Amino acid sequence: MTEFSLWDMLRGLVLAGRWTLVLSLIAFVCGGLVALVLLVIRVGRVRWAARAVALYIEIFQGTPLLMQLFLVFFGLPLLGLEVSPWVAAAVCLTLYTSAYLTEIWRGCVDAIPHGQWEASSSLAMGYVEQLRHVILPQALRIAIAPTVGFSVQVVKSTALASIIGFDELTKTGTMLTNATFQPFTVYGLVALLYFAACYPLSLWARHLERKLHVAN
Amino acid sequence: MHYALDFADLRQYFMLFVRGAALTIALTAASTVIGVVIGALCAIAREAGSNGFRLFAGLYVEWIRNTPFIVQLFFIFFGLPSLGIHIGETSAALIAMSLNLGAYATEIVRAGMRAVPRGLSEAGLSLAMTRAQILRHVVLPQAFAKVFPALASQIVIVMLGSAVVSQISVPDLSYAANFVQSRTFRAFESYLIVTALYLLLAIALRRVLMRCAQRLFRGVAKVRGGAR
Repeated sequence: MTEFSLWDMLRGLVLAGRWTLVLSLIAFVCGGLVALVLLVIRVGRVRWAARAVALYIEIFQGTPLLMQLFLVFFGLPLLGLEVSPWVAAAVCLTLYTSAYLTEIWRGCVDAIPHGQWEASSSLAMGYVEQLRHVILPQALRIAIAPTVGFSVQVVKSTALASIIGFDELTKTGTMLTNATFQPFTVYGLVALLYFAACYPLSLWARHLERKLHVAN
Repeated sequence: MHYALDFADLRQYFMLFVRGAALTIALTAASTVIGVVIGALCAIAREAGSNGFRLFAGLYVEWIRNTPFIVQLFFIFFGLPSLGIHIGETSAALIAMSLNLGAYATEIVRAGMRAVPRGLSEAGLSLAMTRAQILRHVVLPQAFAKVFPALASQIVIVMLGSAVVSQISVPDLSYAANFVQSRTFRAFESYLIVTALYLLLAIALRRVLMRCAQRLFRGVAKVRGGAR
């Protein structure tokens, strides 16, 4: 058995935590971009396309992320694509994040009074113009707080990538546990690091919620 | 590249899937009951408790809500034995799920309690009800009726999140998927089937919960409707 001091463990975990943050960032940014496209379709006038997006959301929100990860991890190779745990985790978390963000943002778009659509339509604006100049700028304001709140969910979700062999914080915790036989300390530290990443985001979301709510 | 899906090999494992689903349902049901009780108690503690209770409940809620479920599960299952607390895998899963749901339920119930008009509590006071009676008969039923959809969503989320408990070898639905794929080498098919089963469970669970809510809060809803 190798000897690890508490300091060694913490250092190893913090270094692994970088990958948790990188994966979270990828999932959040790519998921957000996909969600924006899906949102335009979801609130759009093409019925069947909007319904397809609704189904997409239903599937991602109605099944465990773990199963989604396994399906992507085992499914992409069937399509002839060689995937590393990195790619599988990034792809899966992007899809997962996009489904939730689309639904959150759709709620925000729905919160905009219908008259805004009608008014902009009466100004002979096309659908994309309406969204771009009238609806989205207003929806954005409502969307900020829940979006920041959801980022906490994204950071926590990346922990599941450890199960398909992605070397992030949780996986490193498991490996350290196997090496040191100190699960209490190691998982305690792992939890502490996740908390350090997520709690500021939670506080920020709450702050935004209060601030934007009062301003309304 | 073409890949032909083949589910034939999976047929013999039918009962394994059923047993896995049954355990997932059982764990969800038990953690729902425990979690909602924890949530209600902590919501009361945070809204009306002494400073000590308030702090304790606050720490618990923030701690759970800002760490991943899988880490909580590993901490309970692998970590606690070093303190001499040994817990079986299914119990560990139940404890983790209940504590997880409890933290989210606290915030949900609290939001409901805040949404109950103050005048109703004051009316209770004027009827010489004690604070406990007001909570029990006036505030909590209305709070639950108001936030029930959010609570139902959270219960579904906990059920789906419970797929992770297979990692500590609890024989739930996702465990069945792992087991079958290791026997048949039909990984994609077994995960596809189990994912579909989870989707069905989620839809059914939501239906059942909403049905229950209609029964449970029929009187409360009427009172609220009448008051307005």
